[in-house]
Amino acid sequence: MVSPDKIPEQTSLSWPIVGAVSVAGLRRRFARAMITMVGVVLAIAFLSYMLVSESLVKALIAAGNDELNILLQNMGVDIFGGGKTDEMTYLLIGLTLLTSLVGIVNAMLMAVTERVKEIGTLKCLGATDSFIVRAYFLESTIQGVCGSAIGMFLGLIVAVSVAIKSYGLYPLKLFPVTAILGALGISLVAGAVLSVLASILPAYAAARKQPVEALRVEE
Amino acid sequence: MSGPLVICDDVRKTFVMGKERVHALRGISVDINKGEYVSIMGPSGSGKSTLFNMIGGLDTPTAGDVTVEGCKLAELNSSQLAWFRCHKIGFIFQSFNLVPTMTALENVAMPRIFMGVPPRQAHDDAADVLDRVGLGHRLDHLPAQVSGGQQQRIAIARALVNEPLIVLADEPTGNLDLHTGEEIIDLLNDMKSRLGVTIITATHDMKMLSCSDKIIRIEDGAVKSVDTRDTIKVKIGSIDGATVS
Repeated sequence: MVSPDKIPEQTSLSWPIVGAVSVAGLRRRFARAMITMVGVVLAIAFLSYMLVSESLVKALIAAGNDELNILLQNMGVDIFGGGKTDEMTYLLIGLTLLTSLVGIVNAMLMAVTERVKEIGTLKCLGATDSFIVRAYFLESTIQGVCGSAIGMFLGLIVAVSVAIKSYGLYPLKLFPVTAILGALGISLVAGAVLSVLASILPAYAAARKQPVEALRVEE
Repeated sequence: MSGPLVICDDVRKTFVMGKERVHALRGISVDINKGEYVSIMGPSGSGKSTLFNMIGGLDTPTAGDVTVEGCKLAELNSSQLAWFRCHKIGFIFQSFNLVPTMTALENVAMPRIFMGVPPRQAHDDAADVLDRVGLGHRLDHLPAQVSGGQQQRIAIARALVNEPLIVLADEPTGNLDLHTGEEIIDLLNDMKSRLGVTIITATHDMKMLSCSDKIIRIEDGAVKSVDTRDTIKVKIGSIDGATVS
């Protein structure tokens, strides 16, 4: 009788190989991936828009220009309060991000359900639970980071356009590069963290599928 | 290793569904030797697929043992079972189960990649096997772009690419027309002769009987008969001692 110790553990694949499998899957399911991404794009665009607008308004107030101050007051900005975003807006941003988080979790869980047979087949071919977790984790994270990057630029473009419409060329003349880069950085990191958080549950749900129950699923 | 390759010793499986207990296997004991072509026959719900899953390390028995190449599968952890499935078993399914977003080449290369073979080498090996099953010209096609018979050939190539000990084929001709089904049976038989691989099929297909070394009939979770090719007498429309539903 052969001792079970004689049977080795399955090879663990490197991250680049798992990444290549995830990217190939995303490329071929591009339309589906885009729909999942839209939720992230919109949430991060909103966050980026709010943060960039706040930076621009602060820079305009700091210029101390009388004509600008009139324009700012006409737009309802409290120039003596330093142009800070109020708590209500932060609450709104928080809610938007939370909604986006739930959206990505939902989309990824649906992807797992749709591909349950595929997961079962891969396990029959020798895929380990860790491979499935990492593949779904990467897939969700890639979608999240790409969506965040698009959302970040979308928010920037909209915020600058609205500022130009309201204050003429002043926002471009007084463009606060460092503050804007900071705002964009926060948006990107927030989106990435959100995506990583959202990917944990679906990735483990995928790995928990037993091949035998997965194969029983009718397409 | 001497002795049978697969030993099922009083294998029982009970599923608990709410308050009900369903006995899928009621003490199956069969031996399968290396290089044999074995057909497991029986009506739907007889326990064929459950037995299949046990031999493939996809499910564990409630009682009894499944031993493959001298190793009791129930004693392996999930990572060892993944290794076992990857190195020792090739699966073929009725509905092909190809990954729809992967090309024929990528589908066949997956087991090699899971084995730890570098991707470039895995793709070269996959191309060789696809060529052997007559699909050397379809490497970059997605499963949806080829016929059912060709999809099953890709699945056969995928099952053979790691040179397994056993190929488990669950109704491999079930979704194919008569002619294509015959081609698939010929291909499996050819692979068995050339590679010496043990083939275990669950089937309703009478055409399988002509190339089977052993026919195990299962009914209601128990072995009803085990026939060898020499002992089975084929009559017109039925099989003596093995009426197949």
